[in-house]
Amino acid sequence: MRTGTNRLVAAARATLWWLDSVVGGQDYQRYVAHLRRRHPDRPVPTEREYWRERHAHAESNPGGRCC
Amino acid sequence: MATVEYLRTDPDLPPVGVVDRSPMTPAKKGIFAAIAGLGAVAWAVLAIARGENVNAVWIVVAAVCTYITAYRFYARYIEWKITKPRDDLATPAEILENGKDFMPMDRRVLYGHHFAAIAGAGPLVGPVLAAQMGYLPGTIWIVVGVCLAGAVQDYLVLWASTKRRGRSLGQMARDELGVVGGIAAIVAILVIMMILLAVLALVVVNALGESPWGVFSIAMTIPIALFMGVYLRFLRPGRVGEVSAIGIVLLLLAIVGGGWVSETEWGADWFTLSRTTIAWALIGYGFLASVLPVWLLLAPRDYLSTFMKIGTIGLLAIGILVTMPVLTAPAISEFAGTGAGPSFAGSLFPFLFITIACGALSGFHALISSGTTPKLLEKESHAKMIGYGGMLMESFVAVMAIITACIIDQHLYFGMNAPLSLTGGTPEQAAEYTNSLGLAGAPATAETFSQAAEDVGENTIISRTGGAPTLAVGISEVFHQFLGGESMKSFWYHFAIMFEALFILTTIDAGTRVARFMVSDALGNFGGPLARLKDPSWRVGAWVCSLVVVAAWGSILLMGVTDPLGGINALYPLFGIANQLLAAVALTVVVVILVKKGLTRYAWIPGIPLVWDLVVTMTASWQKIFSADPKLGYWKQHSLCRQAQEAGSLCLSAKTPQEVDVVVRNTFIQGTLSILFAALVLVVAAVAVLVCVRAVRSGETSTSETPEEPSKIFAPSGFVATKAEREVQRQWDELIASGAVRAPGAAHAVEVEAK
Repeated sequence: MRTGTNRLVAAARATLWWLDSVVGGQDYQRYVAHLRRRHPDRPVPTEREYWRERHAHAESNPGGRCC
Repeated sequence: MATVEYLRTDPDLPPVGVVDRSPMTPAKKGIFAAIAGLGAVAWAVLAIARGENVNAVWIVVAAVCTYITAYRFYARYIEWKITKPRDDLATPAEILENGKDFMPMDRRVLYGHHFAAIAGAGPLVGPVLAAQMGYLPGTIWIVVGVCLAGAVQDYLVLWASTKRRGRSLGQMARDELGVVGGIAAIVAILVIMMILLAVLALVVVNALGESPWGVFSIAMTIPIALFMGVYLRFLRPGRVGEVSAIGIVLLLLAIVGGGWVSETEWGADWFTLSRTTIAWALIGYGFLASVLPVWLLLAPRDYLSTFMKIGTIGLLAIGILVTMPVLTAPAISEFAGTGAGPSFAGSLFPFLFITIACGALSGFHALISSGTTPKLLEKESHAKMIGYGGMLMESFVAVMAIITACIIDQHLYFGMNAPLSLTGGTPEQAAEYTNSLGLAGAPATAETFSQAAEDVGENTIISRTGGAPTLAVGISEVFHQFLGGESMKSFWYHFAIMFEALFILTTIDAGTRVARFMVSDALGNFGGPLARLKDPSWRVGAWVCSLVVVAAWGSILLMGVTDPLGGINALYPLFGIANQLLAAVALTVVVVILVKKGLTRYAWIPGIPLVWDLVVTMTASWQKIFSADPKLGYWKQHSLCRQAQEAGSLCLSAKTPQEVDVVVRNTFIQGTLSILFAALVLVVAAVAVLVCVRAVRSGETSTSETPEEPSKIFAPSGFVATKAEREVQRQWDELIASGAVRAPGAAHAVEVEAK
């Protein structure tokens, strides 16, 4: 019974993680990990700064949406 | 005997890839044989069964079994012969990771991301219109077409672009075809995008016209998006999932609220807008979205539409399996043979293929599969799952759309999809019209149409062309049976309208912006004072280019809204032809790449869909330009109405001299666009033939691929990790936990937790 509930919770959590990731909810954490791994010398932006920069970049590099 | 190879690029690190060459186990062989057998049975049922008792589930079974077989064998064959992925090589996402557009994304997340980017109203609307020929021809093309054409195109374009640092289709065309072919391809892309935006906007206009409920709930999405934007910018940056959940709740409230508002006197007064007014509102919206900051409107709307898309499509799949609806449409209707159907003119070949468009083969996907998705691909081996697999899902959406159109009452279907000039607009006239079509089932009465409109909370549903309202009726039919009962019918109808309008608006705002940059780039190339346009932060330039783009699609939209011959059936074929011609450009580029690379032996893989697509589009263009049938040929309509104009009489379904003038102008524009599209693609094809002949004669191979770099990250290659891959993942997880290296993405956090 307990393992069944645990599995259900894990599945629900995985679904939420997936939905959040699809729209980019995990991108900041990913970027911080990347900076620490590849460019330990560079300063790590705060989450607020990261999204400002990312939107500023999207401003002139629009992504397409199809039909 | 298992033959597993571990790919290593660094002796201090665990393997970066696992290649499993072990043969299929007998159990697996049995499973695939069973799936193939079940699919064959389902197809046989669909092919042989006639009458009104065919269950829609057979279509689902036939489609899914075919997809699995094609993915396991044909996609695998393409991988084996052409793409040859190597997971020891780094993808552009790994090499150029910047946290913005380049980042290696978990394969399952990227699948959702790519699907949300390619799927939209196209695969929903096309099959609904195609249902006028019966369920069978459309279903066959959607399923067979995707396996041999659509998924092949998406996969190979994704592969080619990944090998070139994520270059866009236009850039690859210029690299492979030279200046003339490249310019023709880029102009074709731009013109085709304008038609796309105009026709999609027309679908929204037709769904919202004279519908206060719909107008209110769609209008509310703008303040909701603004709220989400501000929330993310100033209150809780980065909490994208959280704000989307809030947004979805507000969205549902907006749909419920629309029902209340439309029943009040002031609500009906304010929000009952004419189609022309809505068209102008959309044009204004497109302009604003293109010049306003991305974070304020564009990004939050995109989150909303992504969730609505995934949620509703999932719900629809469950709904069809739970309610198991019976098809009311015939397998093949008489319109398949006569070509005189009301929702689009022309015979089955070529116009069925033109009309279905996105669900089986969509050129626009090449714009996402190049440029956007390759910059997010974690491993080369993921291209099959994302490119081929993603398109299979889009085709499945199209299959569900044709099912929903084929389970509603046939009188209702034709009453909704025939232009006003045929249905007359009143329930009595509409019933008289549909009864004259010789449809199966009980004859319609005026009551049929007024009751159906009342059920979904609309004033009228007659001649609501464009596919979206028909689909919404079908969706409400499926949903109300297992969620909420009769009283929820109107809610589900408006939910479905919202679902479609939302992502059409997302396509319009993103598309206007993309086109704005294409225009400023193209104009900036002329140099002189225009060179300043290339600076994206120059506001005046942004406004001017946005105006140019909005004026281009807006004028076509207004033309469609006011067209006396019925906007959708005049413009939709242009949209379909444009889309399929873009596919021809994409497939041409792929064929040239293969020939230059020395893979001419396998050029038939993209070659078959290319030849088929060229035959279809050129036949359709030929008929649209030269046909003497006034239902079909733009120039025939033009000359008829021109004569009428000179004689001072009326023509076709134009009822006043002013309408005659409008028809003369519209058919001229439509005819000219048909010629332009076909000519541009013929230029691209001719250049491609020259380039291929030159490459084969020289006997040398050449490639524009970027140099290889070793990969330093690991990811399993299929949807589900194999045993060997899980073991390697464990080694990486341990290493990451020990602090020696960092995880490539946050993607693995949950996997660790779940264990």
